[in-house]
Amino acid sequence: MKIPLARIAHTRSGDKGDISNIGVIAWKPQYYPVLLREVTPERVKTFFGSFVEGRVERFELPNLHALNLLLYHGLGGGGTVSLRTDAQGKTMGAALLGMEIDIDERELTD
Amino acid sequence: MIRIANGQGFWGDWLEAPVRLVDNGPIDYLTLDYLAEVTMSILQKQRQKDPELGYARDFPPLIGRIAAKLRAAKIKVIANAGGVNPVACARAVLKAAPGLKVAVVLGDDILDRISELLAKGYAMRNIDTGEPLSTIREHILSANAYIGAFPLAEALATGADVIISGRCADAALVLAPMIHEFGWQPDDYDKLAAGIVAGHIIECGAQCSGGNCQVDWQTIPDLANIGYPIVEAAPDGSFVVTKHAGTGGRIDTDGVKEQLLYEIGDPRAYMTPDVVADFTSLELEDIGPNRVRGCSVRGAPRPVMLKASISYHAGWKASGTLVYSWPQALEKARAADRITRERLAQLGLKFDEIYTEYFGVNACHGPAAHPAGDPPEVQLRIGVRGPDKRAVDRFTREMIPLVLTGPPGGTGYGEGRPEVRQIVAYWPALVPREEIQARVEVIA
Repeated sequence: MKIPLARIAHTRSGDKGDISNIGVIAWKPQYYPVLLREVTPERVKTFFGSFVEGRVERFELPNLHALNLLLYHGLGGGGTVSLRTDAQGKTMGAALLGMEIDIDERELTD
Repeated sequence: MIRIANGQGFWGDWLEAPVRLVDNGPIDYLTLDYLAEVTMSILQKQRQKDPELGYARDFPPLIGRIAAKLRAAKIKVIANAGGVNPVACARAVLKAAPGLKVAVVLGDDILDRISELLAKGYAMRNIDTGEPLSTIREHILSANAYIGAFPLAEALATGADVIISGRCADAALVLAPMIHEFGWQPDDYDKLAAGIVAGHIIECGAQCSGGNCQVDWQTIPDLANIGYPIVEAAPDGSFVVTKHAGTGGRIDTDGVKEQLLYEIGDPRAYMTPDVVADFTSLELEDIGPNRVRGCSVRGAPRPVMLKASISYHAGWKASGTLVYSWPQALEKARAADRITRERLAQLGLKFDEIYTEYFGVNACHGPAAHPAGDPPEVQLRIGVRGPDKRAVDRFTREMIPLVLTGPPGGTGYGEGRPEVRQIVAYWPALVPREEIQARVEVIA
């Protein structure tokens, strides 16, 4: 079944220059493998479309059941250069909550 | 065990927070982080106009306000409020709170040494783009190396009540008292890394105690009286993140995790001037209401190079808004955008970028936003940037005429013509550690 990422994870996002940084944290430890499988750099890149010009890099934090995503050239120039309202990507994490992921019902009710 | 509280996550954070931290319960150290990446350039400009300015001007009156409490409870303050003029900041503090002992940490400011460093062969390439600093040499407004926690600890060892630095690693403000109290050495990698992790958790103030937190946010109690975070640090490197009883907000592992992941790169190698911390080694545990314990952090030797933060003039920008109402609000706003762009082109104005957003539709999330349907209203926002200030200024005349010359239902122009603003861009670079000599001075 398809569900929004918000069902299994929460996020916080910010910036480093023109890099948008999104932390993705599983609500429960058993959701972490689903994050690993579903929240891939390719899917995140596709989800944001023209908003993110560069590549997406993903780091794993198994101790926190979390991922750290770096979206290169993801802020329209970054910080003070960007013409975006959300020049520092504060709401990029919230946007990602709307990304649809595939999950087996058993994984969700575990 | 020592208690280190952070009462300011950036310059402009809640003014009452540090006052409440010294009033609401016991703390041993109060840290205050004032410096965002581009703050230094603003301060550098202020100093150019007046040699007695160039620091966080909120800081001296704050110390004046809490001085009696600092003395009575023997609380030490560590702040990067010095900006580009720590000595002037210290003098202003002594004026606001006579009798306190104030020490400054100097040596981060390398603006006057850029030519010397370039001549020595250090390209100071932009970490993100690889370009050498020489390409923007004439446009540099400020340049500062990041100082670590050891010089701050040295300043504490003078017995000063208030320590003022310029640019330093944010988490170093929190690590410094641990080094000072526990006698940690430069090769105590794991302990230093633990202090950095604790510092990272509280360096953004209330963002780890319930602010900007997605964890059941509707149920987070009493955000109006949110408690700012306190680290209870132990000599073995373990720590507890907590807040004063009776304050609002919430501290639990879910919220702390959000802050741990905030604005970091590779979590296995979080670089600071003192140590490289491995965030994937941290163990977190809820040990009671509003109490989260952290332990087991591992660290690795400090990097060879120090990070420097350089700011430079990168052109001009302006953005203007108009509101269009239902029906077809978005269609009207899009038409107004097309008209504006056509008029700018006819004027022959050149920009590096013209960027359009529609509030209520896609301003925050761009192409990832949910479909908006036919909303009651949409705010059009057009931004331009470029090297030619006159072109940007001319653009600011193009929005308001749309009310009478464009699609129907345009309003919300009451604030008048948009302001033309200088773009101060950020240039992260590396400088050799041996070129940066931090030093401590007690200011009388």
